[in-house]
Amino acid sequence: MTGSNPTNATSAETGAGPVTQADVGGRIASRSVLWRWMLAGFAALIAAVLAGLALGPAGISPATIGSDLLGRLPWLGLGAPMSQLDSTVVWELRAPRVALGVLVGATLAVAGGSYQAVFRNPLADPYLLGVAAGAGLGATAAIAYVGVATAWLPLAAFGGAVVAVVAAYALGRSVSGGRSTTSLILAGVAVAAFLSAVQTFVLQQNSENVRPVYAWLLGRLSTSGWSDVTVIAPYVIGSLIVLLGHRKVLDVLRVGDDEATSLGVSVTRVRLVVVAVATLGTAAAVSVSGLIGFVGVVVPHVVRLMAGANYRLVLPLSLLFGASFLCMADVLARTVLSPAELPIGVVTACVGAPFLAVVLRRVRGGDT
Amino acid sequence: MIDIAGAAVDLGGVRVVDGVDLHVPVGTWTMLIGPNGAGKSTLLRAVAGLVEHTGTARVDGIDLATLGARARARLLALVPQDPLLPPEMTVNEYTLLGRTAHLGFLGRTGARDTDVAREATARLGLTGLADRALGSMSGGERQRAVLARALAQQAPVLLLDEPTTSLDVGRQQEVLDLVATLQTERGLTVLGAMHDLTLAGQYADRLALIDGGSVIAYGPPEQVLVEPLIAHHYRARVRVEHIDGAPVVLPARAASPKAASPKAALPR
Repeated sequence: MTGSNPTNATSAETGAGPVTQADVGGRIASRSVLWRWMLAGFAALIAAVLAGLALGPAGISPATIGSDLLGRLPWLGLGAPMSQLDSTVVWELRAPRVALGVLVGATLAVAGGSYQAVFRNPLADPYLLGVAAGAGLGATAAIAYVGVATAWLPLAAFGGAVVAVVAAYALGRSVSGGRSTTSLILAGVAVAAFLSAVQTFVLQQNSENVRPVYAWLLGRLSTSGWSDVTVIAPYVIGSLIVLLGHRKVLDVLRVGDDEATSLGVSVTRVRLVVVAVATLGTAAAVSVSGLIGFVGVVVPHVVRLMAGANYRLVLPLSLLFGASFLCMADVLARTVLSPAELPIGVVTACVGAPFLAVVLRRVRGGDT
Repeated sequence: MIDIAGAAVDLGGVRVVDGVDLHVPVGTWTMLIGPNGAGKSTLLRAVAGLVEHTGTARVDGIDLATLGARARARLLALVPQDPLLPPEMTVNEYTLLGRTAHLGFLGRTGARDTDVAREATARLGLTGLADRALGSMSGGERQRAVLARALAQQAPVLLLDEPTTSLDVGRQQEVLDLVATLQTERGLTVLGAMHDLTLAGQYADRLALIDGGSVIAYGPPEQVLVEPLIAHHYRARVRVEHIDGAPVVLPARAASPKAASPKAALPR
């Protein structure tokens, strides 16, 4: 099985042993697994953040940045500040991108993992209920018809996303009263297909003045400084806290709606809360970053393949690895063709897909 | 302990349970029997709060309709007909799910929860398998894991929906023996549904024969497992024998030209 470890195997083999020993062994084993993976996740995140600050077309050496960081610490009297230009590049251009990558990556991965849990569907992603289609149409229509400035694009995308998901949820609920996840998913598919079609129509009718939308549709973390980060941070961080708070309940949902109900979980309410919160976070994230695909599906799955299917572990690890993954993808996006930039969606798919394939082969291969 | 009054359930416009009144005394075991589609499982699911119903169901005088999922789960533990067992979940994790309704602030698992879960796995002889994944276990072991989870719920009422389907006769007896032991040990009140009439009669204190959504007969097994009742409501050809006073229901083949062959004739 996934996440097998020597301690587990041993305690299973010594099955005839006394009650407490085997059980305590099992508990300690799963705790140490938890902490090992959390440490790995934090290490990956720190590495990704440092790489994001240090790497880029401007060629500022990590030592210079380290020295500048030291210089900012009070009382030590160490290090030396960077030049004005370098300082601007690192703290006003790169740092907001890194922060945005962390927030967006964490949100997409955690929202994806949560969607997979409440829909009990491994292919569920944060865009399942039409967030992407709604946001896309909102952004497109705002630029094409209202002619809003690019700065307002996130707000239009956010509004479109929320409208789409509310429509999908209402449609799904009206069919099954919230008891069936399938009708909810189908409602999402219907809403997304309809909105995508409308969006394609709008794009086709206004092909001259919708250029800014294309960049957004492909996904990008290029920001207008810290303002984008501060605008989405409250929504994104709030939704992350609520979703992580639900991680144990999501484990109960793994046994099915009826049994979760009989175990004391108000399934419909949990599903509504998780979907609403995950959607809000996702909508806030994509409104700024554009439609970055792949992170929401792949990161939780890679985590599951490596560390096991327990949501107590999957959600926090998705947060850490999703954040580091998007951060690293952005580093690649702005260095590979430097000084030109690749759309980050291209990078997440090009790097993520082979990575998933390798993990899949290694874990499944070693298992059977 | 369990008092059901005027319970009715409509599923897709069809009345599946039609005005059931049933009183299950504390510490006793009642099995619902009846043909397919009689409404046994639906009645159990109504009591468990999984389907909408009219009428009332009370446990210990408390109207279940007034309770939330959490409070209800502390009163009733359900062993479902076809439990969904995540294959990579360990027995330990699965048993701990039984503590869901008892967990404290922010869903913290306390020392008491791990103690209760450990005791439940031990009681069902699963200690050595505590770290095994459910997907790697046999049918009998899995059913014991489901019972361990229900036991960890520490509810005074146990609902069993066809607990022995898909088990061989030995595992069936094993599971029912365990339920019987737990029932006496912890004074549980058990309400179940079952197809095997003989086993139901051997383990339950009372049987309720249900047909067309209503209770046809309710009483000790020897009063309910009688040939005319079973033959009529199951539209089956059966003989009821008694072994050590307990009724044994035997299906019998119809009289046919072959009836002369010794195989078809049941020994008197």
